[in-house]
Amino acid sequence: MTEAMIFFLMGLMILGSIIALESKDLLSSVIAIGAVGFMLSVIFLLLRAPDIAIVQVVIEILTLIILIRVTISRDIHIIGDTREFLPFALNMVLLVIFFIIAAEAIRNMPAFGTGVSKVAFPYLSRGLNDTGSANIVTSVILDYRAYDTLGEATVLFTALIGAITILRREAKK
Amino acid sequence: MNDEKNISSGMSEVVKTVCNIVEGFIFVFGCYIVLYGQLSPGGGFAGGVILAAVFILIMLAFGKERVLKIMPRKRGAFIEALGALSFLAVAWAGLYVSGIFFKNFIPTTAASHFKLMSGGTILIYNIAIALKVMAGLFLVFFVLSITRVILEGDKLKMVKKQ
Repeated sequence: MTEAMIFFLMGLMILGSIIALESKDLLSSVIAIGAVGFMLSVIFLLLRAPDIAIVQVVIEILTLIILIRVTISRDIHIIGDTREFLPFALNMVLLVIFFIIAAEAIRNMPAFGTGVSKVAFPYLSRGLNDTGSANIVTSVILDYRAYDTLGEATVLFTALIGAITILRREAKK
Repeated sequence: MNDEKNISSGMSEVVKTVCNIVEGFIFVFGCYIVLYGQLSPGGGFAGGVILAAVFILIMLAFGKERVLKIMPRKRGAFIEALGALSFLAVAWAGLYVSGIFFKNFIPTTAASHFKLMSGGTILIYNIAIALKVMAGLFLVFFVLSITRVILEGDKLKMVKKQ
């Protein structure tokens, strides 16, 4: 049941992405992208990952606000349709190659819902007693794997500094 | 009515009234998501984005003058740096106390499980990340909305939006 629902939502996501790519209006493209993001958060919820679903929802709302504000304040609403044949054919060939390789890889993957990761079981059985945190996801990202979080925080910090520096009001003398 | 005034100072009266009612609740919800990150789904990043959304809501509804009164750019940059540095400081404190970088040096007992003060340093890490994400995302939205890129000749030029 869950699997069928996830496949249904993934089909809708592919549809939304195609609409976002092919739409002539920039605003409807942005709205289609937002619908794709919200369906992704529903998929995370169905896969019982509420932490990542919350993050996906709030980030999606924020980026949607930013993108809509950016597209509304600009005058460019209509995207020109100038698609040449050669890049399009190259894209199609690459898509077919990728599809063949991905199909081969997916055929060799373990069945849906079976855990093969050995490292997850100690976290699940000892996480509460080791760290005192009832939320295992938090205990992994802020205790067992805190180096990853430090790297992520550094990436975010650097990206924000770069954006603020490029877009600041005063020009550098 | 007076369209010119409305555009320069935010949205209509209805939006402003609703924003006045809900902004406090959203802020408290963001704090809840941050502080209960070790007990329920959520954590520093998600809560920080919700807290940043409060400031973005105020900016969209009332215009940038009011949000700059609450959070000037200098203060935003200070809070972001404070979050990043306190995250590192707690990690260094683990090295200083017990010799291991990122060591969870605050002891946890079975009695404190499922309570707010469980998890040792995890609560401090969550608060630090929330401060960083809140100030950082708000600043990025702010600088994105006051700058505008125009095409002058064949060069892109950034100007301040009126």
